Formats: sequence, structure tokens, C-alpha cells
Amino acid sequence: MTQQSDPKFEALLRLGDNTLILGHRVSEWCGHAPVLEEDIALANTALDLLGQTNLWLEYAGEVEGKGRSADDLAFLRDAWDFRNVLLVELPNGDFGQTIMRQYLFDVFNRMNLEALAKSTDTRIAEIAEKAAKEAAYHVERSEGTVIGLGDGTEESHRRMQDALNILWPYAQELFITDEVDEAMAEAGVIPHPKSLQDAWDAEVRAVLAEATLEVPEAHFGHRGSGKDGKMHTEHLGHILTQMQWLQRAYPGQEW
Amino acid sequence: MAHPSTEQVWDWLDTIPDPEIPAITLTDLGIIRDVGWDGDTCVVTVTPTYSGCPATSLINMEIETALREHGLERIELKRQLSPAWTTDWMSQRGRDKLEKYGIAPPQAAGGPDKCPNCASTNVEKLSQFGSTPCKAQWRCKDCLEPFDYFKCI
Repeated sequence: MTQQSDPKFEALLRLGDNTLILGHRVSEWCGHAPVLEEDIALANTALDLLGQTNLWLEYAGEVEGKGRSADDLAFLRDAWDFRNVLLVELPNGDFGQTIMRQYLFDVFNRMNLEALAKSTDTRIAEIAEKAAKEAAYHVERSEGTVIGLGDGTEESHRRMQDALNILWPYAQELFITDEVDEAMAEAGVIPHPKSLQDAWDAEVRAVLAEATLEVPEAHFGHRGSGKDGKMHTEHLGHILTQMQWLQRAYPGQEW
Repeated sequence: MAHPSTEQVWDWLDTIPDPEIPAITLTDLGIIRDVGWDGDTCVVTVTPTYSGCPATSLINMEIETALREHGLERIELKRQLSPAWTTDWMSQRGRDKLEKYGIAPPQAAGGPDKCPNCASTNVEKLSQFGSTPCKAQWRCKDCLEPFDYFKCI
């Protein structure tokens, strides 16, 4: 249960699980993207995200103090122990949906990391300082691609609008705040999620407007969140069967 | 116990090629942040280029192997994340070698100033990413050659 574990451990799992699950999802494109350059770009983005995962989960394991490594946390936990938001575990959909999800997450990731670089926890600040540079580069690319496809052909526009309609409610989940966030924000370890929302909203809406896309009218966001582990979509379990099968079938194997 | 000077260790490190871009050395890349002695242990502080760069563990192994070949027995590799690596730390010699090798060196403007093959400034971006995390793909519109550009971060 959330209440019983160390809030810093929880906060680190949320950071690491978001990048782990999104990194895995994006890596599913490897060898399948519409053109070679995009294939390489997606694979490199996934690689950065997995690198960030390693730093977050390594520290999470140290904070927990039970001797679990980043690999143990990635490969030997079950779905209910994952703390990622639902947005990142959704299936990729078409290329447009993948890019839209990436953009919505990238802007959040960059803002969150820039704030985390000022964390009162030195280790978190150091990891965030490093990762923020990568995230800023990711935004540059996903933003350009969202604009290019949104304000592109009739078909690419339609696909990007469909993607936005599906993903917008999920993106609101990035700003859901619970007692772990409150406690950690109070201690200056992480930014209060709500403190990022206005800037995110302004930046994202401006880009979507440039992409000639309409933000869906519905103002609802998902009430529950994957971040406390109480709720995940059915898709997370399917990801884990792929991602974890080797360690589960042949425990302790090393690269 | 007498041990080689830190200058000597720096010189040795300066001969180790980057595993993915062997035209430049680890010191050219600017990822070796410190060399020092802790008693009879040689402590080398390394910063990663990108957090997910698969060459990082190979780089550590190559440092250890090279220093062992020079007779060092006790070696400690420290990872330093902050200040985060920047291409500003790349040496001028490294930049020159990159260009000669066909990779446009990083520029503050965010893109190559010229084609590394024909020196034309008529270049365009193909993709923000390339064959390694540290590179992007560009193309020269005059000689028509695609080329790698070392991302400026």
C-alpha cells in the first residue's frame, strides 16, 4: 500500500516507471517506423528514456534499502507495483498517436525535470539536470513533428486530431496530486504537480493551435491514476509479459 | 609508494579512442572530469554523454584495461552526473578530428555550419537523431552527401 512505503521511494518509482514504460512502448517501433530516420529517432528517444529509468530506479532501490537493483525493480515487479501514469502504457496506435503521446509527455517531462533539478535531494537534482537536457531535445523533435503532421495533409491532420481526442484526457492525469506528491513537494524534493499545469497548458495549447488541431471540449480527466498503483489499464500487464519474460523464465540472466 | 603522476595518467587516457567514434579520444570528448590518487588507488571520474548511451559501460572497461596495461593495479571509476556533460567540453583538437572524419562538429547555433565533405553551407536537417545518441543526420544540398552532425548539448 502506498501509505506504508517511503514517499521518496514512491516518488522515484513514479519517475522511473513513467520513463521505463514509455521507453518500452517507443522501442516497439524499432524496425517498424514509416521511414528510417523516424525509426532511428524513436529508438534513440527510447534509449534516452531507458537511460533515465536506470538512474531513477537505481536510486529508488537504494532509498528502499532492500538491496533491489534497477533491473530487479524493472523486471521482477508485478503490474500492481508499477507507478506509471496510464498515458505511457497505452498502445502505440498509429505513428501519429505515438508522436502525440510523446509530445504531451515530453513537455511535462522537461518541465518536471527542470523543477527537479532544484530538488533539495542532491541525487535527484543531479539526475534531473542531466535528463532535462535530453528531454528538451525530445520536445524539439516531437513538437516539430506534431506541427508538421497536424498542419500537413488532410489525412495526417485527421489522424493527429483523432490522437489528440484519445490522449488529451489521459494527459490531465500528469497533474493529479496525492498525499505522496504533497509530502514530497512540502519537503522540496519534487515540484507540486499542479504547479506545472498552467505552464504546460499554455505551451501545449500554443503548439496545438499552430498544428491547426483543436483541443477536445471535454474538460474531464481520468479520476484515477496509475501513479498510486491502484489502477492500471489492461495494457500494462501485456507490456510486462513481453518486457519481463526472459528474467521470469531464466532468473538471474545477465547481458 | 611511488605512483605515476596524474599528468601521466591523463596522457594515457588521451590515447583511448571513443568506442563509437574512434576518430576522437575520451579526453577529446570531455567526459573525463578528474584524475587523482586516493592512497595507491587511481581514481578516474567519468561523466556520461547521454544517460542511455550504451557506450558508457564499454568506456569504463576500456579505461580500466588501458590503465592496467600501463601497470596500474588499483583503479576506481567514479560516475559524475553533475555538472551535466556538454559539448562545450569537447577539445578543439577533437572538433578538428571529427570534421576530418566526416562528422560535422557541434555548433552553438544548433546545426552544422558547413558540410564536412565539401564545405558548402547549403545544408539541411534530415533527422534530429542519428546512428548514436550524440549525433543527428544532415545532408549537403550541393554535394548531396548525407552526413552526421555531432549534436550540441
